Order: sequence, then C-alpha cells, then structure tokens
Amino acid sequence: MPDRNFEIEMQLFVDAIFLKYHFDFRSYAGASLRRRLRTAMARFSCDTLSQLQDKALHDSSVFPLLLDYLTVQVSEMFRDPEYFLSLRKEVVPLLRTYPSLKVWVAGCSTGEEVYSLAILLREEGLLERTLIYATDINPHALQRAEAGVYELERIALFTQNHQKSGARSSLSDYYTAAYGRAVFDKTLRRNVVFSDHSLATDSVFAEVQLVSCRNVLIYFDRTLQNRALGLFREALVRKGFLGLGSKESLRFSSCADSFSEFVRDDRIFQKKGAV
Amino acid sequence: MSTAPGRSQASSLPLGGKAHRAEGASAGTLPTLQGRVDAVVIGASAGGVEALSVLLPALPGRMDAAVFVVLHLPRDRRSLLVNIFAPKCAVMVVEAQDKEPVARGTVYFAPPDYHLLLDDGPQLALSVDEPVHYSRPSIDVLFQSATDVYRDRVLGILLTGGNQDGAAGLDTVRRTGGVTVAQDPLEAQVALMPESAIELGAAEFVLTLADIAALLRTLVQERAR
Repeated sequence: MPDRNFEIEMQLFVDAIFLKYHFDFRSYAGASLRRRLRTAMARFSCDTLSQLQDKALHDSSVFPLLLDYLTVQVSEMFRDPEYFLSLRKEVVPLLRTYPSLKVWVAGCSTGEEVYSLAILLREEGLLERTLIYATDINPHALQRAEAGVYELERIALFTQNHQKSGARSSLSDYYTAAYGRAVFDKTLRRNVVFSDHSLATDSVFAEVQLVSCRNVLIYFDRTLQNRALGLFREALVRKGFLGLGSKESLRFSSCADSFSEFVRDDRIFQKKGAV
Repeated sequence: MSTAPGRSQASSLPLGGKAHRAEGASAGTLPTLQGRVDAVVIGASAGGVEALSVLLPALPGRMDAAVFVVLHLPRDRRSLLVNIFAPKCAVMVVEAQDKEPVARGTVYFAPPDYHLLLDDGPQLALSVDEPVHYSRPSIDVLFQSATDVYRDRVLGILLTGGNQDGAAGLDTVRRTGGVTVAQDPLEAQVALMPESAIELGAAEFVLTLADIAALLRTLVQERAR
C-alpha cells in the first residue's frame, strides 16, 4: 500500500491546481508526478504536500515556478540521433512530395527538438515551405523555446548528436556564441508558431504531415495517452507521420490499429490510408 | 559514472578510501526474507556486470518477487544486458518498458538514458527527468519509487560503484521498513557506492556477493518449499 496520506494529498493537490489554474495533471502517471512533487516540496521548504498546496493556492508567485517542476523536461538537440537520421532518410523523401508542409512538435518544452527539426528541414531544403507548430502547456518554457538561447556548455553534446543525425552542415552555422550562451539563428523560427496547447484539455487546431512528440506520453496515464494519440491521429493527414520517444509505443493504445510501423527501431509510425 | 564490461579493474581490492562498517550493520548473518519481499531492487555502477553475474543466476526459477535492476551504462548505446544475462538465469530477464505490468519471477533492467520507476498497479514507468548524481537511470529514483508502491515489502541491494547514487534510495527503503543490503566494500570492485550507503546508515546488512547470492536463493516461492 502506498503512503496513504501522500496519495490523498496528491489527489487533492491536482484537483486544486485544476480548479484554480486549469492545468490538468489529474491523468499524469503517478510515479513521475510523485517524484516531481517531492522535489518541489523540498524546493519550497514544505514538509507535506498540503503545505505546498496552500502555497500554490495563496501565493500567486509560487505557481509559475511550481509549473516548471511539474512540466519541464530538459531535452537536448538531436536527442537520439538515429531518430533524426531516419526522419532524414525515410520520411523527408515523402515530405518532399507536398507543396507545403505542416509539422507539430507537441510538448516542445524549451524548444531543443523544434530547432533540431528546423535545422534538419533547412538542410533538406524544406524549411522555407514548412510551418512548425511548437506547443506546450508551460508559458515559461515556451518563452525559452522562442528565445532559442542555450548554455554554451551543452553545445558540444548537441553538435555530436547533430553530426550523428546525418548532418549536411555544421551546427555552428546556426548559432552565435556570446557570454557563455549560444543564440540560435532567428531565421530558423521564422516559420515556427509557438503556442500554448494542452494535450489533456485542448483539441486539434491544424492538419499536419508530421507530429513529433517524444518522451511526453511516458508522463501520462493510459487514458491521457489515448486522448493525446487520438489528437495526433485526427491532426495527421492520410499517410502522415508520428514520431515517438525511443521507449514509447502504440501497443495497448486505442490508436494502435490506425497506424503502421514505418521505422520500427526509431519509433516512427505512419497513419494508415483507410480511415 | 559508467563502466563497460571488460574495462573494470582487475583487482578485487577496494579502490577508493577506507572500507568500514556502520554501527549496527551486521556482517555475515543473513536476514530472513520468507514472505516479506515482493520487490528486489538492485543498483550498481562500475564493476556491476561482474557482480550481477554472481547474483542474478542465483535467483530461483520459481520466485515470488520481481527484480528491478539499475546499472549505470553508457547512454548512447543499446543495452546488451538482456543478451548477457538471459541465458545465465532461471528467471525471465527483460528490458523494462513503460506501463508494462509487473510480472513476478521476472528481472527488469532499466534501459539506458531513462529512469526506471515503479508505479501503481504495480506497473513499470520510465522518465527522462534530470539525471540524479549524474546518472540516468538513477538507483535513487528506482529505490524511492519502489517504496511508494511496495512499502516495506522491498529488498534493496546496493553493489559496487564509484558514485554515491543509491545511498539515499537505500535509506528510504530502510526507513520504510524494507530490508537493506550493501555489498561488503572490502570485496567490491569499487567501494564508494556501498561505502556511501553504509556511512549514511542505510545498510542494515553488509554482505559479500556469495552471501547476497545465498540470500536471493531463499526467494523461492512459499508453496515450492
């Protein structure tokens, strides 16, 4: 049996956050949520989750900070380079056949994946005719994504990943280093729309050829996973592509029959032709 | 901290610092596990493959508990652990998948670059939250989540390694009423990891690999006795 008090408090906490701020964590996977809440409790010097709830409700400066603890995944550019290599080799040739393209990066957090895709599309000559929707529930993360500024010490890893992704250029072509930071070329985001969107409560807003949503679904329970996958299915054109994280799959989901495995090892799926 | 198989120290002597036992930690005597344990959580870093090669083959074919292992690994390579251990073990050995229901009598390895957690069900959960002690998967994350789901029905085992990951997690297992074991730092390939747990007072039992293997053999199903 789990710690009964904590379980009660956790349920009350997510209800309180939903009622007050309309952020819906009620269908998040328990294990990661517990861990993140405990981290936040330590950060805000709370002995119990009830104390943290009190702060979150009554001190308006706390909630935005708390939201970072609950939502932000620090990713890296070209994380899992093989995924991007497969996009380049297997998916891009088909994307090329569309006169204009729309791509949805769902749960973009601080934007590393958005810039990775933008660079890849530019290298493949597709960025100019692509519109990228970069969505997240955390406004602070979206601001950082839009700024496109990353610590310089992370760039060595980003560069390594980029090279392994079948790069046709050097990552250094896309940023300027200044004061310990790398500022990414703003022309990369000329066709990027950063927008607040919740996979838990919002609906589909566009028709797209590619959805990339990696390591987001692992934080959801099955019900919410099914909801999110349903949105992706609805947003994708016939034969559109869905990219998931390297340990995510459609097995056991209610959408399993709507997709076929396109590049199995790199978790790239294709929406089936017949509806 | 990660070490590839075959690259670890040839010496079996501890490398780092002095090895000593905490007050109250008992050496040599084995705890009684009968009917007490549903989850065995094991953490290791440098030298871990060799240590696990002694322990995992000792797991009885008919075992009531499920076993969860975090071994620090290079992050950008597909793990070979299942290929290494499955042929040597009497139980199922698999790489953990997100939302997979826990099956008794199975060994689950954390995949590289993901934290492995236990969740209600019980089922497995993965996350890409920040590394803990520079480690993802982290032993602390696994151990702490195990106590959320299994409470006092956890056996925590911390093995060789040159990193302090796992000490806090083992302490959580102890405080929640589970059984905690650290490998004897005197025989660990790298002593820092078990030593850190012992210094924290997290390890109720400090045992050699041979004794831990003997302990695991007692995990055989009640009705098979």
